[in-house]
Amino acid sequence: MDLQQKLAILADAAKYDASCASSGADARDSRKGGLGSTAPGMGICHAYAPDGRCISLLKVLLTNACVFDCAYCINRATSNVPRARFTVQELVGLALDFYRHNAIEGVFLSSGIIRSPDYTMEQIVRVARELRETHGFRGYIHLKTIPDAAPELLEEAGRLADRLSINIELPQRSSLESLAPEKNFAGIRRSMGRLRERIEAHAEDRRTAQRATPPPFARGQSTQMIVGADDATDATVLGTSTGLYASYGLRRVYYSAYSPIPDASRLLPPQPPPLVREHRLYQADWLLRFYGFTPDEIMSGGTAGMLDLDVDPKLAWALSHRGEFPLDVNLAPRERLLRVPGLGARTVERILAARRHRALHMEDLARLRVPLAKVRPFLLAADHRPAARLLDSADLRQRLVARTAFTAAARPQQLALF
Amino acid sequence: MGSIGIVLPGPAAFDAWRDQARRVLAAEVPPEQVEWRVAGDAAGLFAGTPPPSGAASPVAVPRAFPALAEIAIRHRDPERFALLYRVLWRLTHGTHGLMEDRADPDIARLEAMAKSVRRDAHKMHAFLRFRCIQAEAGPHYLAWFEPDHHILHAEADFFVRRFAGLRWSIITPEASAHWNGAVLSFGPGGNRHDVPREDAVEELWRTYYASIFNPARLKPAAMRAEMPKKYWRNMPETRDIPRLIAEAPARAAEMVARGATPPALRRQRDVHLAPPEGVAPGMDLLAPKDPAEALAALRAEVLADQALPWAAQATQAVFGEGPIGAALLFVGEQPGDEEDLAGRPFVGPAGRLLDRALAEAGIPRAETYVTNAVKHFKYTPTGRRRIHQSPDAGDIAHYRPFLRREIEIVGPRLVVSLGASALRALTGKAVAVGKARGQVLALPDSPPVFPTVHPSYLLRLPDAAAKAAEYQRFLADLRAAAATALG
Repeated sequence: MDLQQKLAILADAAKYDASCASSGADARDSRKGGLGSTAPGMGICHAYAPDGRCISLLKVLLTNACVFDCAYCINRATSNVPRARFTVQELVGLALDFYRHNAIEGVFLSSGIIRSPDYTMEQIVRVARELRETHGFRGYIHLKTIPDAAPELLEEAGRLADRLSINIELPQRSSLESLAPEKNFAGIRRSMGRLRERIEAHAEDRRTAQRATPPPFARGQSTQMIVGADDATDATVLGTSTGLYASYGLRRVYYSAYSPIPDASRLLPPQPPPLVREHRLYQADWLLRFYGFTPDEIMSGGTAGMLDLDVDPKLAWALSHRGEFPLDVNLAPRERLLRVPGLGARTVERILAARRHRALHMEDLARLRVPLAKVRPFLLAADHRPAARLLDSADLRQRLVARTAFTAAARPQQLALF
Repeated sequence: MGSIGIVLPGPAAFDAWRDQARRVLAAEVPPEQVEWRVAGDAAGLFAGTPPPSGAASPVAVPRAFPALAEIAIRHRDPERFALLYRVLWRLTHGTHGLMEDRADPDIARLEAMAKSVRRDAHKMHAFLRFRCIQAEAGPHYLAWFEPDHHILHAEADFFVRRFAGLRWSIITPEASAHWNGAVLSFGPGGNRHDVPREDAVEELWRTYYASIFNPARLKPAAMRAEMPKKYWRNMPETRDIPRLIAEAPARAAEMVARGATPPALRRQRDVHLAPPEGVAPGMDLLAPKDPAEALAALRAEVLADQALPWAAQATQAVFGEGPIGAALLFVGEQPGDEEDLAGRPFVGPAGRLLDRALAEAGIPRAETYVTNAVKHFKYTPTGRRRIHQSPDAGDIAHYRPFLRREIEIVGPRLVVSLGASALRALTGKAVAVGKARGQVLALPDSPPVFPTVHPSYLLRLPDAAAKAAEYQRFLADLRAAAATALG
């Protein structure tokens, strides 16, 4: 099998992992030797695929052979997909070549479980070590860690990588037990807990370092949850995420709508969930982390534990809490403005800064790129008072859905399959 | 007074612009009387008199202005110099807070320009592709890029930092940048034919691009929003986009139509991974006589316990720790954040306080057994922190049989209950710690219980004097407990 065929198989096998962030690394560059640099703060997406996803990292599996039999996974032991395995040298060569062509920010390495968790983790660590130590690679490295791999291996992975991740896989323990019988729910959480302790200890070392900077260690960890492969509601999914953010200091929880895979298992639902569900979960996740919403508040805009698929979760919440509006854009405090549909966190900061100098009118909001049609029912401005009946009207939701319909083209759509 | 004409040496010459702006500002020339252009551009109706000569002294402006101006001046809009001068004029003529008002038309426009320049720079970092040629001195990396704004000089440094060990050239229509491994130089512009049409790595890169794409999630509009078509012609991977989009529906439909496939008959390989955690079936029935074995079995049982739904949000069950036969057994409420991560009891702030108090009371912690009434951390998630949530009567009742068996196996002379939850777990009913404190309670089927407060109570006291007094009381309790157990 030639390198191109291996690359095709092992990239295909890795594409169900949603994470591709290349942000949040230490600042590094190659002026004193080596190859590459990081872009702290902001990641760089070097291309976008026709699925709308960013391509920032060379995201491949070391091998797609796997001894685990997780029903939702294309690489499960009993799947019929063709198998391949990179040698360490092949993978290192590809990464360096792509990097020199300015096509990637770095690598995201993962692997099927071969022989044992320790053996697999060791292979992943070897690629990272080769890149960092033999080739002086200064770019971004994200390593998938294997739950229950030996602590020394996790430690070395942390020294070589900018980010580590362990996939929680499914929102409920019972689903993991039925769909991924070899995976160990408690082991996944324990590994996340160990990583949090290690990442925080390193952050503490950096803060208190007197002279020499402590040896590098990954700056963060993230995880991924598959949505729609089991019967978990959005409320369950968000509840699990909230717990994970609070418990392990995760940078991100990625949601991956269960996608039809070639060679699907019989244990899975025949129909995949609508892609827009994944989109709404990401929006809800944002509300949790940056807008001061609790999961219960977010879910109060939905029905039966599921988010409204037609409108974004903030608008859904506002529509079911109309008594909180309208708010005066010139007077309302930050935490209330953050709850206005159509006002993002950055726009709110700009409003707060600008209104210290003068009263804001609707045209000022337009210059701040606020979607006026969306905010109009919910805001008072120096020259604007929404008619009371507008906020109370039964068809407000319908009108706002229609207003935002033009964005439908940019919104994820499930393919018509038949 | 006639208008003043200023010629700048380059399209993004910020230092020259600042120098000239200071001069005309010092001469109180209002914005509408200054005309700006770049050397080499057509003069047109440009007929202003030269700017006043003499020293240009710095002007005090908010720091945000030069930071924004330095970026916005790279914009291709010919009016950028005049707009910048107008904002400078307004900042120094009464509107000091102008920079904070992003809804002001001038500031909104300047911010929009800067945003466009930043986006252009970001897209250059992202979408520029090098191709490799073999030159005499070794491999040389060449790229052709068409920026929207005058950003090459400012952004060349990004590529120096990233590719300091390579030799490379970036050619744009307006200018070119060259790095020979040590020195950065700039030259005239060029055209796309200065860069070879393809190189060997590109075929692999295109394979990667085509393989990482998921045909079941076609969203071409989202792709185009982030990667506008104007960049495509200089990116090798985009050649495959039309084909990938055209084939996607059929590929996705085929996956669904094929449906579930039976499992492969031959599994790849047999492995012997570590057996899952938990109790081996039947282990309980054996009822081990050896207390160490019994304690290990109980621990395994607790670790596997998942009866309470909230317990799944904890990292792990936290079992007791200490020697079997310890004279003193301490029962706390439940593990906290640090205990949950470490899987060990009393290692967080309250545990450290307990350690200190035990040491001061002359009780070696290693000779005591410590555990909790509730074995999982119950909390309310808030952002990046977990707030301790008190266990309710049902939670305590659930873990009570585990605790009783744990105490039975360890066999202490005295059980010290720390706080209300522990006391409830031990007595089976709500007892006020304040009333029972310091007494030795005799219970059926259990060693005597000595109630005191939980060390976290001491941590929560806001008043330093009260804290010190309560700590002394806690020490006295510990000493009394030790005397009871050992005496």
